[in-house]
Amino acid sequence: MIETKVNICEVEFKNPVIAASGTFGFGREYSEYFPLSRLGGISTKGLTLEKREGNEGIRIYETTGGLLNSIGLQNPGIEGFIREELPFLEKQDTVIIANVGGSTIEDYVKAVEKLNETSIDMIELNISCPNVKEGGMAFGIKAETAFEVVSQVRKACKKPLIVKLSPNAENIVNMAKSCVMAGADALSLVNTFSAMAIDIKSRKPVFDNIIAGLSGPCIKPIALRMVYEVSRAVDVPIVGIGGITNYKDAIEFIMAGAWAIQVGSGNFINPNISIEIIEGIEKFMLDEGIKNLEEIRGII
Amino acid sequence: MKAGYRKAIVNTNAEIASNIFEIKLSYPKDENFQGQPGQFYMLKAWEALDPFLPRPLSISNIVGDTITFLYEVKGRGTQFISKLHPGHTLELLGPLGNGFDLNIEGNIAIISGGIGIAPMIYLMKSLNKKVDFYCGFRDEAYYIDEIKGYVDSVFVSTENGSLGHKGFITDIFTPEKYDVIFTCGPLAMMEKVWSMCKGKKVYMSMENRMACGIGACLGCTIKTRYGIKRVCKEGPVFSGEEVFFYD
Ligand SMILES: Cc1cc2nc3c(=O)[nH]c(=O)nc-3n(C[C@H](O)[C@H](O)[C@H](O)COP(=O)(O)OP(=O)(O)OC[C@H]3O[C@@H](n4cnc5c(N)ncnc54)[C@H](O)[C@@H]3O)c2cc1C
Ligand SMILES: Cc1cc2nc3c(=O)[nH]c(=O)nc-3n(C[C@H](O)[C@H](O)[C@H](O)COP(=O)(O)O)c2cc1C
Ligand code: FES
Repeated sequence: MIETKVNICEVEFKNPVIAASGTFGFGREYSEYFPLSRLGGISTKGLTLEKREGNEGIRIYETTGGLLNSIGLQNPGIEGFIREELPFLEKQDTVIIANVGGSTIEDYVKAVEKLNETSIDMIELNISCPNVKEGGMAFGIKAETAFEVVSQVRKACKKPLIVKLSPNAENIVNMAKSCVMAGADALSLVNTFSAMAIDIKSRKPVFDNIIAGLSGPCIKPIALRMVYEVSRAVDVPIVGIGGITNYKDAIEFIMAGAWAIQVGSGNFINPNISIEIIEGIEKFMLDEGIKNLEEIRGII
Repeated sequence: MKAGYRKAIVNTNAEIASNIFEIKLSYPKDENFQGQPGQFYMLKAWEALDPFLPRPLSISNIVGDTITFLYEVKGRGTQFISKLHPGHTLELLGPLGNGFDLNIEGNIAIISGGIGIAPMIYLMKSLNKKVDFYCGFRDEAYYIDEIKGYVDSVFVSTENGSLGHKGFITDIFTPEKYDVIFTCGPLAMMEKVWSMCKGKKVYMSMENRMACGIGACLGCTIKTRYGIKRVCKEGPVFSGEEVFFYD
């Protein structure tokens, strides 16, 4: 018999496959294709304290092996989420992770305080949003800034806290250590890479914000390297993210040190992709005589 | 539960005008395609991850167990699709989106610009009412014969004058004769139609770049009078008053 369960910070996942934030909405659309209970977990669309309308202009742009996005955290706000989306998610019998974004430390703390009182299982802190107060610098770039926001959130947070790292960090290993020191119970990585595209006919950037986020198979080798480096440097569970579109990708991340993985852009090319990945992992375990994923976790 | 991407087999795939193709597909088993006029499918004609995203195409017609799409070759994705031969397979997800409102009364006009003609055959067929059809093209007109079988009058325009009125289709459109207007084409054309039809019911099919096609990624949103809407979910058909609001 094989065992696909994973325990991360006392939260039990049926299997290591989690839907990544922003690519899965609040699960409703995908629930028409498969029972969400089959997933290890779901990370919600990034939530901010107040409702946001998101960015103007082009929001997605295909590139070789992936896409650029500039959605701009369109979301119903923490209260809208609790009122309209959480009751549905609660019923799905899978781990619910609230992904929280923000522009100021106060906003992050207030958002987390509101979520403390709900049934969500974990919080995933997205620290790659522009920090307005720090003059446009992102929390996720400098390890010292990240330490500050994670420490403050840790004090307020009563749920297990995953910190989601940006691959744009100055030094991903220092960033990881800093977040763990500040109290992160687990780390997930990576978020999208800062990237851009230009329309050569109009001689203008494709995106109104110029810079957008790159995701998909084209980022996988870099994301894998970062998971590998980080998992060797810290002692907390790691959730691997970046360009995963099949079970082989998922196994690579687990071998590099990930306890679980998230599937992001892959959901766009096949709504059932996570189910295929889960089944692929199970088959691989049977074929290779692996009883528990711990046997291969971090073996590299 | 809905099915995910499913394989379909190419019956025919022909270039009916320069860069305009008509593809007919069937499922390998004896199954019929679902879908209302105005709804669309996401198509993938590639197994590898490049191109990465599927491409949205409107249902052009469903007859028996066969679905038809009419498409213009624009970039790599549609180029891939245009290279398919009978017997080849591709994958499709759908039907998606809301589709046109068929529950209408009064005199009806359909106005299309260029490849915006794609969803209109199925619409005419499904309305099963008296309809006047206005279709504008840049240089070369297509699908006129197919349309003639379903409507009372066809009005054609080409910008180069090769067929029908020389100029834009909105030049010869007479809004006072109609109560309900369906339109699909370039946004500027649809805006012109809307401005000519104040006070009438105008339904328009919108386009936007899409990733998921099912409402999850928020990549395809547009601003409307009633807030931010997803073209793939609340659309692609919107009423003119929703889309053209000026604050
Ligand atoms: C709901 C809907 C229905 C459509 N129905 C039809 C149809 O019946 N016939 C037809 O010829 N075309 C239709 N289109 C437009 C068609 O989807 C695009 O022309 C096509 O995706 C271009 O892909 P490409 O790879 O050839 O071009 P590329 O420019 O290489 O595409 C790159 C990316 O941009 C996207 N993209 C580029 N142009 C458009 C566009 N105009 N609309 C949306 N996405 C775009 C592509 O999907 C792809 O992700 C429809 C679009 C939508 C949203
Ligand atoms: C359209 C889109 C929206 C996203 N929104 C969020 C978000 O709100 N919060 C977040 O932490 N990550 C967000 N992400 C990042 C993904 O969760 C994931 O970290 C990234 O896409 C890399 O994984 P992938 O290559 O599998 O897509 C988004 C990604 C995409 C493509
Ligand atoms: S294409 Fe993803 S929400 Fe419309």
